[in-house]
Amino acid sequence: MTARPLPIPPRLVTCSVDGAPVAVPQGSTLLDACRQAGIDTPTLCYLETLAPVNACRVCVVEVEGSRTLVPACSRPVEPGMAVRTDTERVRLSRRLVLELLASSVTLDRAAPELRRWIERYGADPGRFGPPLPPTHPRDAAAPGHHGAVLVDGAEACHQPVKDDNPNYVRDYARCILCYKCVEACGTEAQNTFAIAVAGRGFAARISTEYDVPLPDSACVYCGNCIEVCPTGALAFRGEHRMRGEGTWAEERQVVTTTICPYCGVGCNLELHVQDNAVVRVTSPLGHEVTRGNLCVKGRFGFQFVQNRPGEG
Amino acid sequence: MDLRLTSTPATAAERAAVDGLLGPPPLADGRVASGGHRARARRQQLLPALQALQDRVGWVSPAGLAYVCERLTVPPAEAYGVASFYALLATGPRPATVVHVCDDIVCRVGGAGARCEALRTRVGPGLDEAAPAGNGPPADGARVPAAAGWVPSPCLGRCEQGSAALVQRATADGPALRSLGPAPLEAVLHVLAGGEPLAPAPAMSAPQAARSPRDPGLRLLRRVGLVDPASLDDYRAHGGLEPLRRAIALGPRGVLRELEASRLVGRGGAAFPTAAKWRAVAENPVQPHLVVGNADESEPGTFKDRVLLEADPFAVVEALTVMGVVCGARQGYCYIRGEYPEAEARLRHAVTVARQRGLLGPSLLGSAYAFDLEVRRGAGAYIAGEETALFRSIEGGRAEPRNKPPFPSDAGLFGHPTAVNNIETLLCVLEVLRIGGPAFAAIGTGESTGTRLFCVSGAVERPGVFEFAFGVTLGQVLAAAGGIRSGRRLRAVLLGGAAGSFVGPEALHVELTFEGVRTAGATLGSGVVLALDDTVDAVDCVRRIARFFRDESCGQCVPCRVGTVRQEEALARLAAARPLGSTAAELDRLRDLAESMRDASICGLGQTAAVAVQSALRMGLLPAASERPR
Amino acid sequence: MFGAGGGTSSYEEAEACDCVILWGSNARETHPIFFHHVLRGVRRGARLYVVDPRRTASAQWADLWLGIEVGSDIALANAMAREIIRAGLANHAFIARATSGFDAYAAAVEPYTLARAAGDTGVPAEAIRELAHAYARADRAQLCWTLGITEHHNATDNVLALINLALLTGHVGRYGSGLCPLRGQNNVQGGGDMGAIPNKLPGFQDVETDALARARCAELWGVEPPPTRGWHLSEMLEAMDRGELTCAYVIGENPAQSEADQGHAIACLAGLDHLVVQDIFLTRTAELAHVVLPASASWAESEGTVTSSERRVQRVRRALDPPGSARDDIEILCELARRLGCDLGDPRPEAVWDELRRLSPMHRGMSYQRLDQLGGLRWPCPDDAHPGTMFLHERLWADDPAERGAAAPFTPVDFEPPVDVCTAEFPIRLTTGRRLDSFNTGVQTGGYTSPLRRGESLDLAPEECARLGIRDGERVRVVSRRGVLEVPVRADPILRPGLAFMTLHFPDEVATNQLTIDATDPKSGTAEFKATAIRVERLGPAPQGAPAAGGEAG
Repeated sequence: MTARPLPIPPRLVTCSVDGAPVAVPQGSTLLDACRQAGIDTPTLCYLETLAPVNACRVCVVEVEGSRTLVPACSRPVEPGMAVRTDTERVRLSRRLVLELLASSVTLDRAAPELRRWIERYGADPGRFGPPLPPTHPRDAAAPGHHGAVLVDGAEACHQPVKDDNPNYVRDYARCILCYKCVEACGTEAQNTFAIAVAGRGFAARISTEYDVPLPDSACVYCGNCIEVCPTGALAFRGEHRMRGEGTWAEERQVVTTTICPYCGVGCNLELHVQDNAVVRVTSPLGHEVTRGNLCVKGRFGFQFVQNRPGEG
Repeated sequence: MDLRLTSTPATAAERAAVDGLLGPPPLADGRVASGGHRARARRQQLLPALQALQDRVGWVSPAGLAYVCERLTVPPAEAYGVASFYALLATGPRPATVVHVCDDIVCRVGGAGARCEALRTRVGPGLDEAAPAGNGPPADGARVPAAAGWVPSPCLGRCEQGSAALVQRATADGPALRSLGPAPLEAVLHVLAGGEPLAPAPAMSAPQAARSPRDPGLRLLRRVGLVDPASLDDYRAHGGLEPLRRAIALGPRGVLRELEASRLVGRGGAAFPTAAKWRAVAENPVQPHLVVGNADESEPGTFKDRVLLEADPFAVVEALTVMGVVCGARQGYCYIRGEYPEAEARLRHAVTVARQRGLLGPSLLGSAYAFDLEVRRGAGAYIAGEETALFRSIEGGRAEPRNKPPFPSDAGLFGHPTAVNNIETLLCVLEVLRIGGPAFAAIGTGESTGTRLFCVSGAVERPGVFEFAFGVTLGQVLAAAGGIRSGRRLRAVLLGGAAGSFVGPEALHVELTFEGVRTAGATLGSGVVLALDDTVDAVDCVRRIARFFRDESCGQCVPCRVGTVRQEEALARLAAARPLGSTAAELDRLRDLAESMRDASICGLGQTAAVAVQSALRMGLLPAASERPR
Repeated sequence: MFGAGGGTSSYEEAEACDCVILWGSNARETHPIFFHHVLRGVRRGARLYVVDPRRTASAQWADLWLGIEVGSDIALANAMAREIIRAGLANHAFIARATSGFDAYAAAVEPYTLARAAGDTGVPAEAIRELAHAYARADRAQLCWTLGITEHHNATDNVLALINLALLTGHVGRYGSGLCPLRGQNNVQGGGDMGAIPNKLPGFQDVETDALARARCAELWGVEPPPTRGWHLSEMLEAMDRGELTCAYVIGENPAQSEADQGHAIACLAGLDHLVVQDIFLTRTAELAHVVLPASASWAESEGTVTSSERRVQRVRRALDPPGSARDDIEILCELARRLGCDLGDPRPEAVWDELRRLSPMHRGMSYQRLDQLGGLRWPCPDDAHPGTMFLHERLWADDPAERGAAAPFTPVDFEPPVDVCTAEFPIRLTTGRRLDSFNTGVQTGGYTSPLRRGESLDLAPEECARLGIRDGERVRVVSRRGVLEVPVRADPILRPGLAFMTLHFPDEVATNQLTIDATDPKSGTAEFKATAIRVERLGPAPQGAPAAGGEAG
């Protein structure tokens, strides 16, 4: 009786992953097939709720007959594909992606899986020399040109933290340019487009127009970018402060799911509570109402139940 | 779309520039407004609108950008992302006149390094060499830009002239971009001092075409230097429009049969059979279909399409029209690189005339076929020559390529089935229609049919575009260009451009066919034949290639974005004899980078960014790297 | 609608339809995550139409925005109906099978020509025609509204006018087609579901006519509820005014600031013999109370359920320990009952919920366990195997007349302009609404820092500011027939001359409700917050050459 139009039952497509046959619904990606086959495939720029941009290339696999490796996260399975996930070529490219990222970006707040992958692929983050700051301010870099080439180490993305609003900070020295925040701010969810990728090449960066501070941008502080950031480049201001003070203790935090107290849409909130105080608010990616997205009230409007003074 | 725009109003000049392109702004209405899908569909005007600002006021100011955003319903952060992607757009105040001085591999053979050094001494550092760079919002205390400045540039596609520069001048009337070629130091200084750029010398761009009597073997170059590029009648008098008439008579299926018989493959680098590409679009049930001419010829050392566009623009219009007829497209685009202002002007003129004369429009030559063509200008991005990046650029985005599949024949420009070819390929199609598919297939070798254009440059006596039937050897091509310049010895040839590979003198006997160069471990690429003699600093050349790829990487995927930086750093350390660890460790690093860039990058740029470097290492062109660990 | 008070559609249907109309709703700011669903639809090609006097953030996404006169909604809806009928776009198959009263409706809308509607709404006839055709021609269409429809003296008529349109076109009871009133607060829907409306028992069972439901209550409660409807808030205030209502127990409401004609509301509350306020803050209302019961926040400090605008019942959970001696609402109520001599025990929230499930058939299948597992359930959900209901009224499309049930009635309504008329003395139409980062009277949102928040302002069209000689940011005096206040002006290009906008978010700084009128819809009890006639006076002397503010007719 409640019906939404029933989808036509998907056809199954069979491919092989590391020699074993895997049948997945048509339209599935190689990543889906790998996961179904129980193969742990590293991903950084991939997220279930966003269209894959396949920019990080850490999920590449070898497909028989393909000249280059292919990104598992976005390539649809075709019948008869023979996929290899652990060949020398795959291991080398995955290792290099991890080494290249680690040589240019601070990764110590990234998801714990990242450390596991670095170990598994034997990536040596120091291989390209010690990370050095760029010679020019990154936000002023002109496309098609760069400063003197450094020989003492590896040019990195280091730059000062952008702390320009009461709600969250942007620490782009941690940004791996996975595009997730841009997608979440853009067509995939919020459609506010306060941030986009600016510049190009190694100087590409996430930026507002002309790098104006967030309060001068279109930002509406929904925090949906924080929700999807895999490396801690975007963080609640309180979390940023607590991490700086050394008081951030995820192991002591309890997460409770509840419903937003404001308008009547009924968004699911996950309250991360440490010492009887909300320190972060997320939303479950899998819930069909929010798909992980909130507005400023849901994300930041929790202070009224807290006795501690507002962040500021 | 709920945009938030800066409240600073655009200047009258900025508004005039944008309105000149988009028409006057609609009147505000407090009662109704239509936005939505229709408004967002105007996004494709973004790059032209930004170019209009750049051309008129010399940079894309925050207020100017906001005005464009308001007119086109584009979020300013996205528009800034686009503006800051292209090298010919400035997002910070700049001098009204900027000379882009080529210091790329070919011009370096002609002394570009010394020329830039002289400019540094006599004028000051290049704009983007002085920190902070010329981009970003105006600093407080408003840096007043000087009246003129210069900036080193990647290849400008005037390689046969020995030195090249592009003048960008903010102006309310007249062209904002003008080529300087040749561009010796005095010519650059003259412009920097406020002088008018001299018109490019009518160069002997195609030495074969200058010979009298004309070589009957010239097919793609047959009209070059012979017809008035501004005259449709002259074009017609030299065989123009016959191929289109024949295409209409044959119908799309007939043309596809001819193309299949010709065994023509694309000349852009991938050597994909043209008939198969066109057929895939023609038979795609999804409508509408689009066709695109890729004139974003940016591979360092390549200038053949420029010569064709400048000398025979009606042929390009005709060939794209044929493509539209065959592929079932009523609309086509020709994307021409921003560094080719003269070629662009000639092509635009040809399109205008063709439209006036009914050769574009609702009824081609009185037939039931309809086709129109829009010319789009690039804005300084090598990567825009990659077909999916080119689509994004036309759509009003950053020229970021995407993974294939889906291929353009399924989802191309604006998501529609699209056929895209470079200019040389398109002219080959005219030749197929002129002489018939089987006759075309009889030219050349078994796998490589027809003729090929070679861009011969560097240390040769007579650089230029040369046309040969496939089967010619490298040695013959160099000989046709007069051989290595007086008294010098050939050290190496860069085949296929920056994305190609170095070969040594032992390769002179190699037939320049697809199969021949493949056997030699190289590629024809865009037909670049850059000769390096024993005076050329090969290390410098290889490092310039590494710098080129780093500068032109779009920045999307990690292997290319960071890998090109690490490759350049490793080469710098080797050149400075300061290897990290040991030379062997550096070579290991370079090899790993090469493999991961080749295997894991999204597009051809990253996939080929280490090819030339690796071939140079194999040939021993880098002395420091040749020393094995002690 | 047609019985149960809830939106007929689910959010995901906005993603799957061809046409979305936001009528009197600025969902982009007031229901941002619902708007995400609309945007997904738009990205898939759906056309968006927005009817709103202001060119709001939502309107800026629209394929067509119709900036109607405040309160002219029925004129627009009826003209659309006439146009749809005349253009042969009415869904006569649906009308014949599933509705009643069409002929009377068709006759009633006949006078509403496009030309007349253009006059009443201020919107060109062509735009009205385009909207009518787009809605009628769509295969699937969502008609969504918020307070722009309901905060009027004729709120119920406004809603009926929209329902009529849905019946006329068959845009109800199918996947993707429906009516979607967006609730302004996280549990307005749940309050109604639970029977917190004057004439309903839990589950929208009518207290006056549904004897079976009353009997079920009697069985559980040991006492049968009287079969008479109660009062809604506006009626209560009137009763206070008359001296009929002398004692009030206010739980989690702030009527001293949230009601129209604030001075009058405060006088009523202050005149009570006994006022008890149970809240998490010492609100303005609590300041008037004889007894204040500090409650734990229903949010983050309590367990329970709320119901969203798509009828989805979801669990709220306790994440924090409440401060000081604050106690849970249930605990306070039971303790109060005990003091009044009735021992309700010490029920856990789940036990209270299970009692409700026994009373309300449409909630019966919603155990806490299922709500937890399934991410909430949409009512009706009559048993433990039921998956919940995506959209209501599918029965209207059934082939079997028995299954189809009672016909859905057309209810002809007539356009009546707002009560507070604009005149030469009060030439400007003030309307009210919310901003993205604030909520209602700001009690909750005042607690966090938002870079978007600018405090209260009187928003006027830039042309109007220029005409009145007012600078952006200048403080002015705003006068209505009921009150006067001072507030800074903000020039806002989304307004046209003659239209002004304020929020209710900062009542302690600017008591907007001193201006508003308590003309109230007799059926819903909602006051006409959306339409106040004002004039604007400069505080300082008028600059040379500028006309005296407000005095002339607009």
